[in-house]
Formats: sequence, structure tokens, C-alpha cells
Amino acid sequence: MKKYYAVFIVLCFAPALYAQIDPSLLRRTPKDTGSLQMNMDAIYSRPFLQLGKLPVALGGYVEANYQYLKEDGISEGHQFQMRRLTLFVSSSISKRIKFLSEIEFEDGTKEINIEFASIDFELAPLLNFRGGVVMNPIGAFNQNHDGPKWEFIDRPISATQMLPATWSNVGFGVFGKKYVKDWVYAYEAYFTNGFDDKIIDNEDGKTFLPASKENPDRFEESFNGSPLFTGKVAVKNRKIGEVGLSYMGGIYNKYQEDGLVLDKKRRVNVFAIDFNTTLPKTNTWINGEWAWVNVDVPDTYTEQFGKKQQGGFVDVVQPVIKKPMMGFENAVLNLAVRLEYVDWNKGVFKSTGGNISDDVFAIVPAISWRPTAQTVIRLNYRRNKQQDILGNPPATMAGFQFGFSTYF
Amino acid sequence: MVISSLITIILIALACEKILPKAPADDEILDGPIEGLTGEQHQMFIRGDIAFNDDVFTAATGLGPLFVSTSCGSCHAGDGKGHPFTTLTRFGQVDSTGNHFLHLGGPQLQNRAVPSFMPEQLPVGATSSKFTPPANTGLGFLDAVSDNTILSMADEHDADGDGISGRVNWITLPEYISYRSGTVEQNNKYIGRFGKKAAVYDLMQQTANAYNQDMGIVSTYEPYDSYTHEEIDPEVSNQKVLDLVFYLRTLKAPVQRSQNDPEVISGKQLFTTIGCARCHTPELKTGPYSITALANKTFNPYTDLLLHDMGSGLNDGYTEGSALPEEWRTPPLWGLGLSKNSQGGQYFLLHDGRATSIEQAITLHGGEGQASNSNFQKLSATDKALLIKFLESL
Repeated sequence: MKKYYAVFIVLCFAPALYAQIDPSLLRRTPKDTGSLQMNMDAIYSRPFLQLGKLPVALGGYVEANYQYLKEDGISEGHQFQMRRLTLFVSSSISKRIKFLSEIEFEDGTKEINIEFASIDFELAPLLNFRGGVVMNPIGAFNQNHDGPKWEFIDRPISATQMLPATWSNVGFGVFGKKYVKDWVYAYEAYFTNGFDDKIIDNEDGKTFLPASKENPDRFEESFNGSPLFTGKVAVKNRKIGEVGLSYMGGIYNKYQEDGLVLDKKRRVNVFAIDFNTTLPKTNTWINGEWAWVNVDVPDTYTEQFGKKQQGGFVDVVQPVIKKPMMGFENAVLNLAVRLEYVDWNKGVFKSTGGNISDDVFAIVPAISWRPTAQTVIRLNYRRNKQQDILGNPPATMAGFQFGFSTYF
Repeated sequence: MVISSLITIILIALACEKILPKAPADDEILDGPIEGLTGEQHQMFIRGDIAFNDDVFTAATGLGPLFVSTSCGSCHAGDGKGHPFTTLTRFGQVDSTGNHFLHLGGPQLQNRAVPSFMPEQLPVGATSSKFTPPANTGLGFLDAVSDNTILSMADEHDADGDGISGRVNWITLPEYISYRSGTVEQNNKYIGRFGKKAAVYDLMQQTANAYNQDMGIVSTYEPYDSYTHEEIDPEVSNQKVLDLVFYLRTLKAPVQRSQNDPEVISGKQLFTTIGCARCHTPELKTGPYSITALANKTFNPYTDLLLHDMGSGLNDGYTEGSALPEEWRTPPLWGLGLSKNSQGGQYFLLHDGRATSIEQAITLHGGEGQASNSNFQKLSATDKALLIKFLESL
């Protein structure tokens, strides 16, 4: 399989090599940075490179970093990591039919995923049909996750360790937008394949939605034949910002096989709210997301696997210097901070009535330098405090991360 | 300029270890290996550590289908005492004639089940007892004590008239057990030393049994599935079991804190004066042992590894081996002061966690422990505080 991906990469880069001979043939499709762009537009709001009049545009991003972390005095030492190489291919099949795919290589080639590969048919601005591998629009980060867009090397814990970003599935749905003066209203609704019982039967020892990503069959077969519904409504005002409300839910367990009943139908329900705004006077960007997860865990199972989870993050990014630097005309130096929290098991012990912990709090101050809007060089200090299920003294993890992420 | 600034910041940051978390002091944690292990033994210790703390079983890797817990570490956080949430229930044996409920799932209740299965219920008529998970630390030292040393502390008929009559639990061993050097046999039975009732011979038996009864994991040592009671293929390798046993053998002994504090010293004197040390023997010595670092060492577990009658208040009507229902093995007191750090911030003491303070645990001592309990009640508030301070230093 990896051989085919290697061939694919060569094919993807072949035009770029050709372009080095005659760069005038290359046309960079600028990233759409209109102020009414929303999180749902993130998949198209990327810089692409087009060769001549070819209807196919290519793009991608890469991110690598160094980190030195310690947990309770123990360190894995100095680590250099190639976290992601992501390739985009988009094509305008006709004026109102588009195709876009995103293939991601994580941690070298440890994980290779088709994160997005869908056809969009525009029937009307308010009614577009999308089919293929789609990103379930739960929260905002799942759709808007490209490394170069963020000032932080690690993805938010709540988005990756509670919600399963990046979470994509095969399915179909509709989406649309309506512009009214300074306002834009948007919706998305999809039915896709969904979760499986690994969310409560996994080696993480807790209710863990990302465990379903390990199922290699989910792009060709639904685990239980029941679709997962994901829907989102969002509203944005040019001056105020964007707010999104999203829901994702469905049956996660195999309740029947060959017509025989194995268990009752058990649901997973996720609710999320996301927001982002830029304060006009200071140009401070504030972005956050909070989600609640409810899972029907059998009462006869262990309390280690929580029925309720919640968590989220808020990022504050303050540009402090915006001027030409080192020959980059639009360079920006930012100060930023992320606060994040996840409670993987919200409840009380049956045996004692005491609170179940299993939570983490983290603060991540950051300095980032953007020589261009597409490239970020970032330095993060991360400090986590994580408690086990019993609420014993927390493990403290802290350290430095330095790296870059750039579109290409 | 920007890049050089960033590099400077990184270098300064890396030089500034103060903003990175420090390791807790050795006497504040229970995990970590004993001193004197070789490089090869350290590797085995690490493998066992991973098997104990990181391996979480799933239905696909053999969990259950009926079980109590999904991993070793979930019952023994930080290798310390457990929490009522993972307390075991044992049932079906009231005397030395054996367990009469084995055909109904005895001796251990698997009170949890993977989806689609129903966990066990206590059979009608079965008496039961709850066992809170003990701390794992220093177990290798206890394993390395010779049988003769244990027998030398026994006084089954209270020949010395001090009201304390500790005795050993003579148990039948499974076939896979290798006898320790100098083991003592009596009517084809052997001395148990681990477990609340001293019904476990060594750490191999403890480990194989815990895999099987706590997690529903079958090994070549315990090949019968706890649900179907049929012999099935092993779900854990022999190597992993051996690594885990080695880990348990070589976890360090808890390190006493503030042992030179005059108040702690006074508390220790009171501990002896009121009679606690008659069962909670402060000092033991290991004999020859397969792991050199554990051989011929003097250590301070505060146990005699013997059974003692603890009175009717602690008689749950359940027992193991030749112990009586009111008899319990003296639990080691080392690490007692760190128990809260593994029990969610509060004490759950005695065999089932019913005591939520050290004072309450002392107060619940009956039988052979009644005299010490009474002596404790007669102490002044100051002396009681000194004694508690000593116990919390362990």
C-alpha cells in the first residue's frame, strides 16, 4: 500500500519539479481570506498551486518540531518530530462541481489517512451536496485543523483526546450559506459511518472516542449499520465574530449480528459550541471550543469508562509586531496563550459517592513568528496537570516545543 | 533578528530547569526499583512495569468476559493501596473445609462484564468479604523471608501468655509453583504469606491468580477461563507474567520520612509500648534469595506475616486456606502514610477499606488486637497524635 502512496507523492510533486524549470507556468491560487469566511470553509480556504490551465490544483502543509518535556522529573530527552505531511488535491470539474482531497502522513509514515475526499455539487448557495470522505463538523477544530493556522504545536487536547480530530468518515450530506449584509448563516448536515465499541473497550482505559479511528474498515463498512448524524449551524458577523453549535450522535455498539440481538442499542451523543472573534482595537484573536460527550456505557461495565465527558480550549493570540522583518514584508510576531481542560469521566463513584477525576488542565504560552501568513515558526511552553481517575496528586508535565508549520 | 531571538529564548528556557517539574523525593513515592539491580534486571523491571501499569486489557485481548478490573495499575495506582471502586469480593468459604461455592463462581465475584454479558451475582447463602487492593511495594523483601523466620514468630497457642497467638496459614499449592529455598511443608501444605488471609504462597501465584480472577486473563499457569471454566488458549505470554512477577519482587520498599523527628521517635516508642509491635513486627530479615539485591537484607515492614484473630467485628464470615473467618494476616504498615496518595486523597484502611482514618483503624482492632486498641484509647490526645504521626511517617 505504501508503495502506491509513494507513487502518488511523486505524481503530486512532478508538476512542482517542472515548475522549477519555468516558474511562470505556476499560478498560486490565493487563500481566500475574506472576512466572512467561516470554519466550514477551512477545507477550501488554503493556498493551492496550479500549473498553467490545468484544472487541478495542488497544495499541502508540513510541520516538524523539537521538544523537551518532563513529567514529574522524568524526561524522554530531546525529541525531533516530523508530525505531519499533508497533501491536498483540488479540482474544479465544472463551475459548480468541485473535488478536494486531503491525505495526511502522520509521524513519518506511521499513520497514513485520507482525511477528506469529497465531491461538492452546488445546487444553490443554500443547498450544496457533498459526498465521499467528509470531515464531521463537530466543533470547529476538526474542520479547521491545518497546522500553519495555529500558534501551538500540539493540537488541543479536547479536540484530539476527547473529540477524535481529525475525524472523517464516508458519507453524504448537504451544506449551505446565506449572506445578509454583514451576516452569514450556515449549516451542514451529514450522515456517515460512525463509531464502534472501541470507544468503551480500548487500551486507553477510559471512554475514548478517538479509539474508533483505529478501525481500518470504517471507510468501507459501517460497524453496526447505523449512520452517524453530524449537524452544525453557525452564524458570523463581519464585526463581531463567529459562533457555531454542533451535534454528532449515533449508535456505537454492535447490537445485532446476522439478525441476532447482541445488546441494546447504545448511543454516543456529542454537543459542541465554538466561537472566534477578533477584537477590533487590539486585533486580538480569540478562538475557543467546548464540547460535551454522553455515552451510554452499560451499568455492568467498569466506572473507569465515563458516561459523561466535557472539555475545551480557548486560544488568545495577540500580534505584537507587524512590520517587514528579515526581508519578509508582512511578517508578524505574536504572543499567544492556550488554556485547555478535559474531564474524561464526569461523575461519582458508586462505592463512595466521591468525585471521579480523570482530568487534565493545561496552559500553553507561546511566541510565534509568521514571516508570511502561510508559514509559522513557533515556540511553546506547555504545562499540564493530569489527575488519575481517583483524584490522586496530579502528574505534572512541562517543557518546551519549538517548530514550524507551513503550507507549500 | 527574530530567529536569533527565538534561539536565545530556547537556550535560556532549556537552561532554566526550574520551570520544569522536578521528580518527587524518593520517600514521597512508592514506585521505583530496589537498589543493586543489574542492567539486565532493570530491563526486566521496566518490562514488568509496562505490563503492570500500561497494559489495559480489552475484549479483543482477552478481558473477561467477566472481570473486576481492566489492568493491574487501575487497582494499585502508583503501586499503592487501592480504592473501594476496585475492591474485590470473595465468597463461599466459612472454614478450613474449603470453598463450597466454586461451582457458582467462587471464590471471587467478577462484578463487571464486557457489553452483552451479565456479571456474577453473589449466590444465595454465600457469605462474603470485600478486599481492598494492597500496596505492592517491598513485596520482594516479604517474599525473601524464610519460612523458618515466619515460624519463629508464630505462637499458635500463646505459650508466652502475651495474648498474641499468631499462626501460619497452611495452604495447598497449585502445580506451577516453584518452592522457595528452605520451604517448610506440613501434610503436603505450605505456608502462605501474601493476601489478606495469607492464602497465597508467592508472587507468581498472586500474579497468575490476579490475571485470571481480576481480569479474566488466562495464562499457562491458570489455564481455565473464569467464565466458562473451560481450558482455553493463553491470553498472556509466560514472559509477560514472569516480567510482572519480577517487577513486583523488585519494587523498592517504602522509605520512612522524618524518622529523626523527635515526635516520630516518640510515636515509635508508643507503638511498641502499647503492644502494636507484637504483631506489626518492625524489623525482619531476608534469607538467601534468587535476586542477590534482596538476599540477607534487614528491612522494616511492620508485619509478622502471621494470622491473628481480630475479633468478631472484623469477622465477615469468609475465609481462605486454614484461616478462620476472624483471622487476618497482619498487614505491613510500611507505606501507610502515603496511602492517601493512591486512594484519592483519603484513607480506606483495614481489609475492606471501612476505616477512613488511622485512628478508626486502630479502634476497630478486636481479638488479639483489643489490648493494643484499649491501650491506645487510654493515651492522652498528645500521645495519640505522636503515634499517628509515627504511623504517617511510614
